[in-house]
Amino acid sequence: MNRPGLATASAAMLRRDLTLAWRRRGDIAMPVLYALIVTMLFPFALGPEDTLLQRIAGGVVLVTVLLAMLLALDAMFSSDIEDGSLEQLVLAPQPLALMLGMKILAHWITTALPLIVIAPLMAAMLHLPGAVIPVLLLALLLATPLLSLLGAVLVALTAGTRRSGMLLALMLLPLCVPAVIFAAGAVAAAQQGLPWLAPIAWLAAALVLAVVLAPLACAAALRIALDA
Amino acid sequence: MSALQHFFAMGGYAAYVWPAYALFFIVLIADTIAPRVRRQHVLRELRARLARQQVRQGRAGSISTPTPPSP
Amino acid sequence: MANWIPLWLHKLGSPPTFYRFAGTLQPWAMALALLLGAIALYGGLVLAPADYQQGDAFRIIYIHVPSAWMSMFIYAVMGVASFIALVWRIKLAEVVAMESAPIGAAFTFITLVTGSLWGKPMWGTWWTWDARLTSELVLLFLFLGVIGLYHAFEDRRQGARAAAFLAIIGIINVPIVHFSVNWWNTLHQGSTVNVFGQSKISGAMLWPLLTMVLATKFYYAASLFRRVRTDLLALEGGKDWVRKIAEEEADR
Repeated sequence: MNRPGLATASAAMLRRDLTLAWRRRGDIAMPVLYALIVTMLFPFALGPEDTLLQRIAGGVVLVTVLLAMLLALDAMFSSDIEDGSLEQLVLAPQPLALMLGMKILAHWITTALPLIVIAPLMAAMLHLPGAVIPVLLLALLLATPLLSLLGAVLVALTAGTRRSGMLLALMLLPLCVPAVIFAAGAVAAAQQGLPWLAPIAWLAAALVLAVVLAPLACAAALRIALDA
Repeated sequence: MSALQHFFAMGGYAAYVWPAYALFFIVLIADTIAPRVRRQHVLRELRARLARQQVRQGRAGSISTPTPPSP
Repeated sequence: MANWIPLWLHKLGSPPTFYRFAGTLQPWAMALALLLGAIALYGGLVLAPADYQQGDAFRIIYIHVPSAWMSMFIYAVMGVASFIALVWRIKLAEVVAMESAPIGAAFTFITLVTGSLWGKPMWGTWWTWDARLTSELVLLFLFLGVIGLYHAFEDRRQGARAAAFLAIIGIINVPIVHFSVNWWNTLHQGSTVNVFGQSKISGAMLWPLLTMVLATKFYYAASLFRRVRTDLLALEGGKDWVRKIAEEEADR
């Protein structure tokens, strides 16, 4: 039997996960709705005063997107664990890290990308100046895959346990503090008219490191968690 | 002010110094007691399990068909 | 000479041997901790003169700094034990790593609260988001995460391996957090710069501090020995040596 090449296997993995997500496309709307609702609550909670909202807008959008992703993170491996296909993947001849990388990519496409699409809307609701929005989007484009990759390692660790979402949040918080700091730093700098490239560069560097290392860590974590 | 009163007043900072020391001792005492409580619990459970095993083996000995000892 | 060290270490890895070894040492470690602690506290609370700037409030240093150093020391021990547990799958390393986490969390909690109580009269605030405080807070989350993950598994050994993996990820992460918060803080120059000038501390103030540092190390050893012994009993419940101990203690 001809063993499919790595490119074919990766494409197949990606296509499978995207198809499965498309079949439950109602689920894609959930994090988006959550993010919009939370963003809307801030003017009600803090008052509609423009200057205050403008100051917090960048940070609020970032944290809200992070929380929405946290909610959706749990589902990355859960259905595959339930029907046993994740164990099949671990046993497959293809490198597990690469296959998991494709799964993480699919999860990012279906979870984070919609959030990034509505991010300008969220920013506008909080009166973020229009000139800052491209920087916000760039920061989100770099920070969200970083979060997906780091989150995947943690979700792999808890695979098959009687999970509580709180435990995942507790474990994820220390890991995402640097990403939030640099992303928010870039947006704040852009808002004040200062150079914003340095924090973006740091985010990009961290992302490159995570793209290489996180799938490997995720594979190791999965082997530990599934090895009964 | 007597020397002891002076000591307890901590130069006016008593409200900060003494709660800090109290917390230190409370947390470490809790850390000392918790493993002891757990140890009693573990040993009690172990003895109960052994007693159940012996009862089962005793019962098995009185029936003709030999029963393998339970794990 | 070189041969008997690895042999002794290898023997120590066996649960009943370690149980006996820890059992012998534990009372001594605890006694030393209490003795040194008493001496340190007498030296720090009674003998040492009041600081000319901070008055008597500086005496919080005698529990704050040793606790802070312990939180980092225990975290390092947990990391090393976790690494050994994952690479060589030694049961004792798993137990040491997992039982270090609650003690580390306790010291980290003490550090944060006593630091807050010290900061209020000195800096005028209960909390500030500088790199050191934030890193210590993240450390607390790390310890709690390890404890939580360990207990989330049905199989304790599997839980220990997963939590050990998390501990190692944390070791890489805490310096990253420290650096990024430092960068963020220097970005927002408005915050108070908090530097406790420790360069010129007098001898009379220093020796109780160092004695307390030693006392807390012995306390950690005693507490760890106690916890590891109990955990070994729970893990090895089916074995003969545990059964004998359970029966002996029933007669008391």
